[in-house]
Amino acid sequence: MLKISNLHASVEEKTIIKGLDLEIGPGEVHAIMGPNGAGKSTLGYVLSGRDGYEVSDGTVELNGKDLLDLDVEERAREGLFLAFQYPVEIPGVSNMEFMKESVNAMREQRGEEPLTAAEFLKKAKEACKQVQLPLDFLKRGVNEGFSGGEKKRNEIMQMILLEPSLCILDESDSGLDVDALQVVADGVNSQRNDKRSFIVVTHYQRLLDYIKPDFVHILADGKIVKSGDASLALEVEKNGYAFLGKKYEESEA
Amino acid sequence: MSEQIDQALSRKYDAGFYSEIESETFENGLDESVIRRISEMKGEPEWMLEWRLKAYNAWLQMEEPEWAHVEYPKVDFQAISYYSAPKSMKDKPKSLDEVDPELLRTYEKLGIPLHEQEMLAGVAVDAVFDSVSVVTTFREKLEDAGVIFCPISEAVHKYPELIKKYLGSVVPRTDNFYAALNGAVFTDGSFVFIPKGVRCPMELSTYFRINEQNTGQFERTLIVAEEGSYVSYLEGCTAPQRDENQLHAAVVELVAMDDAQIKYSTVQNWYPGDEDGKGGIYNFVTKRGICHTNAKISWTQVETGSSVTWKYPSCVLKGDNSVGEFYSVALTRGRQQADTGTKMIHLGKNTRSTIISKGISAGKSNNAYRGLVQMGPRADGARNFTECDSLLIGDQCGAHTFPYIESRNPTAIVEHEATTSKVSDEQLFLCQQRGLDAEKAVSMIVNGFCKEVFKELPMEFAVEAGKLLEISLEGSVG
Repeated sequence: MLKISNLHASVEEKTIIKGLDLEIGPGEVHAIMGPNGAGKSTLGYVLSGRDGYEVSDGTVELNGKDLLDLDVEERAREGLFLAFQYPVEIPGVSNMEFMKESVNAMREQRGEEPLTAAEFLKKAKEACKQVQLPLDFLKRGVNEGFSGGEKKRNEIMQMILLEPSLCILDESDSGLDVDALQVVADGVNSQRNDKRSFIVVTHYQRLLDYIKPDFVHILADGKIVKSGDASLALEVEKNGYAFLGKKYEESEA
Repeated sequence: MSEQIDQALSRKYDAGFYSEIESETFENGLDESVIRRISEMKGEPEWMLEWRLKAYNAWLQMEEPEWAHVEYPKVDFQAISYYSAPKSMKDKPKSLDEVDPELLRTYEKLGIPLHEQEMLAGVAVDAVFDSVSVVTTFREKLEDAGVIFCPISEAVHKYPELIKKYLGSVVPRTDNFYAALNGAVFTDGSFVFIPKGVRCPMELSTYFRINEQNTGQFERTLIVAEEGSYVSYLEGCTAPQRDENQLHAAVVELVAMDDAQIKYSTVQNWYPGDEDGKGGIYNFVTKRGICHTNAKISWTQVETGSSVTWKYPSCVLKGDNSVGEFYSVALTRGRQQADTGTKMIHLGKNTRSTIISKGISAGKSNNAYRGLVQMGPRADGARNFTECDSLLIGDQCGAHTFPYIESRNPTAIVEHEATTSKVSDEQLFLCQQRGLDAEKAVSMIVNGFCKEVFKELPMEFAVEAGKLLEISLEGSVG
């Protein structure tokens, strides 16, 4: 469902992604790990089309469509969802209002009728419960005054409501205690099915104890340098990124 | 991101059409004879004419104010026509059926149907077209409650004692350059009188429409709320899209007697000019209210139109324990310039005032908040709270704040908070990543920013204001 070939991308004229290939099938969970500065977060931004992230070479196909040809919101409506590492606040805009607009934008894309306020509220309440956020979060401003953990759970709630086909989780574990991590992971796991795919970007193996990946890829210096199954993550946990050895050190320099 | 926003901001002005209506319009120019003719057209009594001439003579001695943070070519007061009215209005139609259908269509197109059965239930409308009032709805129902709601030109005839007593009592003829000009040439506007102890049973509203070219609109509104009464009043305004600037210089006076409350809301959508600042309305307005003991005046304004705005709805808190409020959203885009704010003059003991100002600047516009909080020597225990927030969209606009505080009473407390923020790339990206286009995203962010003020508007109009902002953002974001 997602096919990335020979992707090259830069930020502020600095090339970060340097020939990345990755293929993800429906229902698969791929973890992307790697040292700091490897380009993990950049990959999420490039795929979602953020301004300032320039693709210089390569192709990306999502469900058969040329993803790179689409605007940010068009990619989102095609089913690409990015759970942010640091979700931004939008003061005065309630979560409810924001998510209703968003959900209806997706429905419009799929040729479905927009949800009424009552229908939406019902769904939103369920999603809220699922990530263990109190219902008053629906009324509060988007991420306004939320703690780090609440923001992450709010992202997962949005994911549940939007029913994307490809979810990119950008370090959704960072800054979470074990309980919050469990909630986030449960939310994600509940959404796994044979059609929906995930890219789980993480620095630590810890998250992968909760969200079991089908594949693990090591990203270093803008490329996937090693791929394997879940055991690869354990290996990294044990030995660090030392196996990348000199090559990695060179590329850093 | 600025590119996307610029696109999102290329403004659309829905009210920019011109209605083909045969009008009687004065030759351009202003001198004593013009004022005599206006007075004659309205069949005014001698005292009203004298009042006008005094204002005119005062105006001749005055200088155009230049202290505001706005720049525009000097207005040529001889190049303006001071009176224009649809010919069909000359015979004073007695009912809606006699009004020129083209006039009614104009209001319908603006979303203000004047047939009572089609209107928002609970809102009475006075429709002012260029220099005359076309129709005032629900008058009988209001009269049953003892409420007077009529064109001010009619009130001069029907209620001369009230007009003599209150006209110019809050904004004197000589108050300032534009108020004096208005005093000389004002043509129509609304008069509202709420008798003692009456809670006005409906929202009252006046809708101002400029249609003719090269005319100025000089309306005058006077609202008197007697002891213990309550009224909520709303005004809206639009004008056709033209390359020339047009002048709108209004005066609004509010009198809130002991224990009375007046809520005055404005949704201002005059033509703002094009992207390069060509055309648009100069909106130079004096609005002031006086609060007697325990009275309350609340101004709420949503300002999205006009090429230049110069406007400071104010409260004179004369009576002890009186309350003044000012809630404002001012959005500028393109080359619009706004210098707006309020004056809270605390004279009585324990008087309180609240100022919430939200300025949004986009494009190459400039948006200034100017406010005065004055605590007089008798204002023991007086309090003011001011919150002044600016939101910038893009990197070529300006936001300015000019707060003045004068306290002559050591027991008075004045608080001032101010913030400046930007619609950030991150916010926009989050919204777009969730499937919203840039336009929708910006309007949502701006609406969130304005929430505190919108909640002060009467409900029917809060929705309108939100939509208006959205349209303004479409063409303009703000």
